[in-house]
Amino acid sequence: MISTPSADRWLPKLVLSPTLAASLIFVYGFILITIALSFTESRLLPNSEWAGLERYEQLFDNDRFWTSAQNLAIFGTLFIVFSMVVGLLLAVMLDQKIRGEGFLRAIYLYPMALSFIVTGTAWKWLLNPGLGLERIVQQWGWTSFTFDWLVNPDKAIYTVVIAGVWQSAGFAMALFLAGLRGVDSEIIKAAQVDGASLPTIYRRIIIPSLRPVFFSVTLILAHIAIKSFDLVMALTGGGPGTSSDVPAIFMYQFSFTRGQLGVGAASAVMMLMTIMAVMVPLMYAEARAGRDR
Amino acid sequence: MKFKTTAVAIAAASMMAGAASAAEVEVLHWWTSGGEAKSVAELKKMMEAKGHVWKDFAVAGGAGDAAMTALKARVVSGNPPTAAQIKGPSIQEWAKEGSLGSINDAAKDWDKLLPKAVADIMKYKGNYVAAPVNVHRVNWLWINQDALNKAGGKAPTNYDEFFALADKFKAQGLVAIAHGGQPWQDATVFESVVLGVGGAKFYNDALVKLDPTALSSPTMLKSFDTLAKIKTYIDKDASGRDWNLATAMIMNGKGGMQFMGDWAKGEFTAANKVSGKDYACVAAPGTANSYTFNVDSFAMFNVKAADAKKGQLDLATAIMSPEFQEVFNLNKGSIPVRPGVNKAKFDACATKSMADFDSTAKSGMLEPSFAHGMALPSATQGAIVDVIAKFMNSNMSSKDAVAALVKAAKTK
Repeated sequence: MISTPSADRWLPKLVLSPTLAASLIFVYGFILITIALSFTESRLLPNSEWAGLERYEQLFDNDRFWTSAQNLAIFGTLFIVFSMVVGLLLAVMLDQKIRGEGFLRAIYLYPMALSFIVTGTAWKWLLNPGLGLERIVQQWGWTSFTFDWLVNPDKAIYTVVIAGVWQSAGFAMALFLAGLRGVDSEIIKAAQVDGASLPTIYRRIIIPSLRPVFFSVTLILAHIAIKSFDLVMALTGGGPGTSSDVPAIFMYQFSFTRGQLGVGAASAVMMLMTIMAVMVPLMYAEARAGRDR
Repeated sequence: MKFKTTAVAIAAASMMAGAASAAEVEVLHWWTSGGEAKSVAELKKMMEAKGHVWKDFAVAGGAGDAAMTALKARVVSGNPPTAAQIKGPSIQEWAKEGSLGSINDAAKDWDKLLPKAVADIMKYKGNYVAAPVNVHRVNWLWINQDALNKAGGKAPTNYDEFFALADKFKAQGLVAIAHGGQPWQDATVFESVVLGVGGAKFYNDALVKLDPTALSSPTMLKSFDTLAKIKTYIDKDASGRDWNLATAMIMNGKGGMQFMGDWAKGEFTAANKVSGKDYACVAAPGTANSYTFNVDSFAMFNVKAADAKKGQLDLATAIMSPEFQEVFNLNKGSIPVRPGVNKAKFDACATKSMADFDSTAKSGMLEPSFAHGMALPSATQGAIVDVIAKFMNSNMSSKDAVAALVKAAKTK
């Protein structure tokens, strides 16, 4: 085999170049095409007739877009916060050197192995007032019990949060747990010698040292939230009516079923902007914190 | 080296085969379920009898959404199929993109065979670019016959009778109106209500011509009020329910009646239910003399080669032939789009539908279904359906709904 120093230099680049080219074209290239389409008259098929900001005006004039944006804000915030809180709590509890940790960990992590379609369908049945929870509790004798969020237009988006958290909290837990295991035990022992109680140790030492983990978890959960499509489709179908619509569903319907590719592209660009607005400051802050350390 | 020669030989052979055989007819459709697949197989048989090669391009799923995505990719790459299942104003949208070809040579007598309302949809700038396959009637009301008999046995002909009957059903412990809370089903009910409350002329002005005066008229307000009242007879679990589950409610005696197109009959038939004994099919209240149609059709794409064009014209002729129309529609549960088809094997509901189709075509009360993509471009239709879905699922007042409807109708 040839293994000269120069081969060491070019071989990795050569091996990586197809992946690089593929992601340049299929990710960044298509982002550019989408941005370009959002400024055109594209209807059923893409065309290149210039339309200026007309598509954006149409988009911002559409009530349904604002409903979906509002839903994304509600879903995104609650989904990230609750997944993190539940995930962190589970991780801290599992971290107490309990028996059967591996078994419990697998149970909590298992929902992650399901696709969102399965999660959505299962929760659709559980939350359906005529089939699931409400009916069972009423049959147990608590006849005035109601839990009709799934069919209540004002509450439907919260059922998506419930199902989403159920699915993703275990994943957040796994990341936090890995982070907790990485905390230097010397520091903890030192704190114990100083007489710090366990909650204090967690609050003042361990959790602050998990900062990079918080960053990764936020990053991953945020992009799951923003691109969420399958979960909403399976659970509520955007309904009742359009009350639990999210931008991804809006984008799909306008681009592919309503012959308004331009408006669909504009909404996709708005989704990209949302991701950037969340991610760029986060990544910037993280990069700076990294340098300061 | 040997491999290379073989490859060349195969390539040459396949080219010769392509040139020698008759036209390959590639048809994109999403008729993949039981009765529908049988119907398509019939068309395949007829085309093969004429010496063509049938290439099936079936894309299942999403009521055609997936198929449309596949079709777009094919057309953009410059390799369209011979024909694709496209209906309503979408035919015009595709024709406007320059993708469709004229089939006038196969359609010389179609003007005589098809009602004008249907023929206009199949044409672009005076040329036939699509072949109609069947007619579904949308403004049906399906009633549980047992419950109806208990309530006096008279099907409602206007909304006063309708709500009186609904109250009786409620008293029998039924869900008076079986409905699935999905936007297109909401729109289906709305369409029948507008037709029943305002009549065919009003329906045409409001939902086909999108005349702002009609859209903002007191009649439209009354339609929404009626819809709001219908809403109160629907169970709260309806949200997201599929239409066939709502039909099943009628069958198993949980539901009283359902607004749905005649594809619902397929469900009854599959469950061995008989019309007049287990269920009643009547025109939606106030719409006995009018007819909203949903016509499936195959749009014909631009094909260049002469033999391919010949195959396409043969396909169009086969689709419109009485033999195909009979077999296809018997399988699908719809009715033939042309006269001259043997009616003997069609059931009572279908025969009634045929009679009404003929009479409304003559009286001008034959209207394209708005909820099923026959009347409006998809963008406008979608915007209006959004308004209806919102109305059905919120406390929106009829007045606000009318205002939102007028705004949505401006969507282009």
